[in-house]
Amino acid sequence: MIKLIALVPLFPLIGFLINGFFGKKMSKGLSGGIACVSVLGSFIISVLAFVELHHSANKSHVINLFTWISADTLKINFDFLYDPLSSLFLLIITGIGFLIHVYSTGYMHDDAGFSRFFTYLNLFVFFMLLLVMGNNYLIMFVGWEGVGLCSYLLIGFWFKNQAYNDAARKAFVMNRIGDLGFLLGIILIFVTYGSISYGDVFAKAGVSSESVVTCIALLLFIGAMGKSAQIPLYTWLPDAMAGPTPVSALIHAATMVTAGIYMVVRSNVFYSISEVAAETVAIVGIATALFAATIGLLQNDIKKILAYSTVSQLGLMFLGLGVGAYSSSVFHVTTHAFFKALLFLGAGSVIHAMGGEQDVRKMGGLKGKIKITYITMLLGTIAISGIPPFSGFFSKDEILAHVYEHSKVLWVLGMIASMLTAFYMFRLLFLTFFGKFRGTHEQEHHLHESPKSMTVPLMVLAALSVIGGVLGLPEFWHQTNWIGEHLSPLILHKNPTTLSHETEWTLMGIAVLSACAVIYFAHSMFITNGVLPVNSEDKLKPWQKLVANKYYVDELYDNLIRKPLDLISVAFYKFLDLQVIDGIVNGVGSAVTGTGSLVRRLQTGNIGFYIVSMVLGVVLILLFTFII
Amino acid sequence: MLTGLLIVIPLVASLLVFLLKGKAARSLALGAALAELAFSIGVYFHFINHPGDTHALSLNCSWIKSMGIHFAVGLDGIGLLLVLLTTFLVPLIILSAFRYDYDKPNAFYGLILLMQMALIGVFTANDGFLFYVFWELALIPIYFICLLWGGENRAKITFKFFVYTLFGSLFMLIGLIYLYNHTGFGSGIKSWAINDLYTAGRSLTVDQQSAVFWMIFLAFAIKMPVFPLHTWQPDTYVVAPTQGTMLLSGIMLKMGTFGVIKWLLPVVPLALEKWGGTAILLSSIGIVYASCIAIVQKDYKRLIAYSSIAHVGLISAGILSANQQGVQGAVIQMLSHGVNVVGLFLIADILFRHTGTRNIDSLGGIRNMNGQFSVLFLIILLGSVALPLTNGFIGEFLLINGVYQYSAGIAAFGGLSVILGAVYMLRSYQKIMLGEKPNNAMEFGSLASSDKIVLITICVVIIAFGVYPKPLNDLAEPAVKALLSNLK
Repeated sequence: MIKLIALVPLFPLIGFLINGFFGKKMSKGLSGGIACVSVLGSFIISVLAFVELHHSANKSHVINLFTWISADTLKINFDFLYDPLSSLFLLIITGIGFLIHVYSTGYMHDDAGFSRFFTYLNLFVFFMLLLVMGNNYLIMFVGWEGVGLCSYLLIGFWFKNQAYNDAARKAFVMNRIGDLGFLLGIILIFVTYGSISYGDVFAKAGVSSESVVTCIALLLFIGAMGKSAQIPLYTWLPDAMAGPTPVSALIHAATMVTAGIYMVVRSNVFYSISEVAAETVAIVGIATALFAATIGLLQNDIKKILAYSTVSQLGLMFLGLGVGAYSSSVFHVTTHAFFKALLFLGAGSVIHAMGGEQDVRKMGGLKGKIKITYITMLLGTIAISGIPPFSGFFSKDEILAHVYEHSKVLWVLGMIASMLTAFYMFRLLFLTFFGKFRGTHEQEHHLHESPKSMTVPLMVLAALSVIGGVLGLPEFWHQTNWIGEHLSPLILHKNPTTLSHETEWTLMGIAVLSACAVIYFAHSMFITNGVLPVNSEDKLKPWQKLVANKYYVDELYDNLIRKPLDLISVAFYKFLDLQVIDGIVNGVGSAVTGTGSLVRRLQTGNIGFYIVSMVLGVVLILLFTFII
Repeated sequence: MLTGLLIVIPLVASLLVFLLKGKAARSLALGAALAELAFSIGVYFHFINHPGDTHALSLNCSWIKSMGIHFAVGLDGIGLLLVLLTTFLVPLIILSAFRYDYDKPNAFYGLILLMQMALIGVFTANDGFLFYVFWELALIPIYFICLLWGGENRAKITFKFFVYTLFGSLFMLIGLIYLYNHTGFGSGIKSWAINDLYTAGRSLTVDQQSAVFWMIFLAFAIKMPVFPLHTWQPDTYVVAPTQGTMLLSGIMLKMGTFGVIKWLLPVVPLALEKWGGTAILLSSIGIVYASCIAIVQKDYKRLIAYSSIAHVGLISAGILSANQQGVQGAVIQMLSHGVNVVGLFLIADILFRHTGTRNIDSLGGIRNMNGQFSVLFLIILLGSVALPLTNGFIGEFLLINGVYQYSAGIAAFGGLSVILGAVYMLRSYQKIMLGEKPNNAMEFGSLASSDKIVLITICVVIIAFGVYPKPLNDLAEPAVKALLSNLK
């Protein structure tokens, strides 16, 4: 099956082409069916290939397609690499991708752009697969920008709404800032190692000086910051919630935004060599995790809460990467893909039931009305909060154990971020499903559970969120950490914790107890005391206002970058270009014509004048020769 | 011989078209352009199948013996690519005029073909004097096209364009004569042959080379145009009829970049070492400067004009960095830019024809009225912002790579166009295509079939060469390598 691995991206590409060219003429069933089947086909091949890889001694397969770019020493092949890391991401992308495709057939059923939606979604899967399957950095970059394009198209899916279009454009431009860093990083890799293929580069990585490696690692990380929404390039992700909810689940939670983690893990050799780069990753990660988690506390849009939660969780993963816990972060990518996709799809189901309402202040008491959604979301919330034996507990615990070993301060900060997560997630759950219904009568009348096409994916994801932890059971339980073993061939510095069992048990205990305490606190606040978020900003305390307004970072960027850029551009155009530069050009032009019209007056046509001038000229010449 | 025919076919066709009237002129022009395209593709296959066959590909006969001037034309990989760009674009440009009822169509289409002849001459000339003749010859048809069929204020703007470029060309002529006077060292026989000029140039001192460098570069820099010699360009692009703008931006500006590659780099290597950095810096400033200005443009045609300055700045910087990736990237990007910018100008034209305005603030909601047009527009736009798997990316990646090897700082600075390009392109696309239509009266019907053919052809090329640029690189790579080996 590994030989056929090129079919994995091919299927969604074909789906994209069919839907793109003929989607409008096809029935919705056919259009959605083709999209789903194409991803399902990729999933099946991914599973079979995965099994084959597992039993095979050779863990790294390169599939040559064709020479893409060739410029003297720069040879870039369109090659795929099938190895433990890409095999795992393939499963996540096609597996969760398939579930979300199925869900979308229900969610988007009444949308006029039904086939267009699946066209974009298939294209996204194609590019996402390229991203993780490429055998060199430029193919990764192709996928990287390609998913950015699809993200742009899907955020602005309802293109009549200019606010959505603004969000889409913001996402694209912000990602491009990161992409420039990534691109320069790739070029530096080429200049340093003479190749950009993973194999060649990593083999030589130790030879180059550490400062160069640091530069490469940091440039690549700039790309990761953009794609994975880390400080300072995170503000596009919450806005990206303008897209349809399945998009938020697939692209802006489970897959695309984890591309940055994929990239760092793929490049772990660089980050193992350069401590500066690794430390930077850890610091940016924890800062983002905390910062986004606090914003999540006071958001009222159900999708925005989840969006900030995603930013925060991604931060946690980068923290893990920064301390060298590569496989733990990939583990968290996996479990996060399960429960965050679940939570988003659950939120979509809630929004569906509420007739488009996204404000948790207008929900409440839904648990009896939409039972499946409630139960699955409850499971997802427990999983993300880190309660054993749900999946999130194991992956988060693994990261935090490594962090503890690296630095106690970072561990404390990481714990705080986790506690904040548990709080805002249960706040979301309580406000949405408990208490009294706070929406309109009409909404209450229309409340209904979503169709099977939506609830079945929810149930599957809920099951995965519950049991996903088995992929990485703690080693000190004398279990095999399956993901860690799976990835070990490509991690340069394997970094198992050397913590004593007592310490690990203690850390676990603290984590579980603190999570439970936070949940109890949230329960007493929102259930027992029935606290509701205020409806007007005026009633907020100053610090709450600051947080609710997302620390005014958007406004800051607006005043610091966008407005000055516009000003400079206008100054360039109106003053420098039209006045100064063109002024000089026109000045030279009129000086020439001016002199011309002056000199023209000498051409009088009067022969006497010419003779006099000639004589004068001769006299002058003679005078000069005598003097000199 | 084949190369000579490439020049003769459009010339003969042009004369015939001048004699015809009305629709017959138009049809013949299109037919001739297509025949030329087919012939050039034949030449391409001959070139790749018989790489050493200079006999068939080149032509060299004495023209003015006493001055050592030859009618010498020939093809290398770079020249062939630009000839193919020309023969590919001219039929599309002619087709794009089908929606117009121009006055004196015989003159209009005749001039386009005459222009094609001169352009192919520039891309194939192997004699300095002949190069100069074709160079100036190309200016005449485009001058009349802009002057006779242009928009408001055309007389003044066209005159400025004409004088500005002529001004630069004269310096180039002085530079070339200077080189000519230094040929024949030893033998005493002076010659305009390109290799003799190369030898002559390299025998000069640094200061002499520097003088030649700036004189010749001035002409090329005005043509591209490079900052700060660009102010003729936006006005001219806006006022010219769409086909004129396409000829100017799609093909004619490549005369400048092509000139630097073939007629400057190998001639003055010492001057390049001394002054190349300055020229690269100017080019890079132009990238960011023009991108910024593009952000605040309201007229979509003017916006593209400025974006073109930005793109050309990167091409120029890549060439002057004088390494394989930079120069090869420049060649590839010249092709991509030519194709994409013609597409964008056609879009500006379509917008104007359908709505009566090109002001992006008065447009909107077209996405909803014509889905097909919006998709084609988007693909061309993506090519222009160099998204991977579009043709624009191949060139841009190689170019930034090439400039990086010269200076990482300049590459990062010029690379800002990656971001700024997305800003102005997406902002304008959003304003023009997305949202609700600005007033209920606005209509946007389906595309004319000639427009459709042109746009679809361009989109196919954008994706095909973005995914599989090998045929282009196969031509460019060895040619650039041979050229650069001259530099050492």
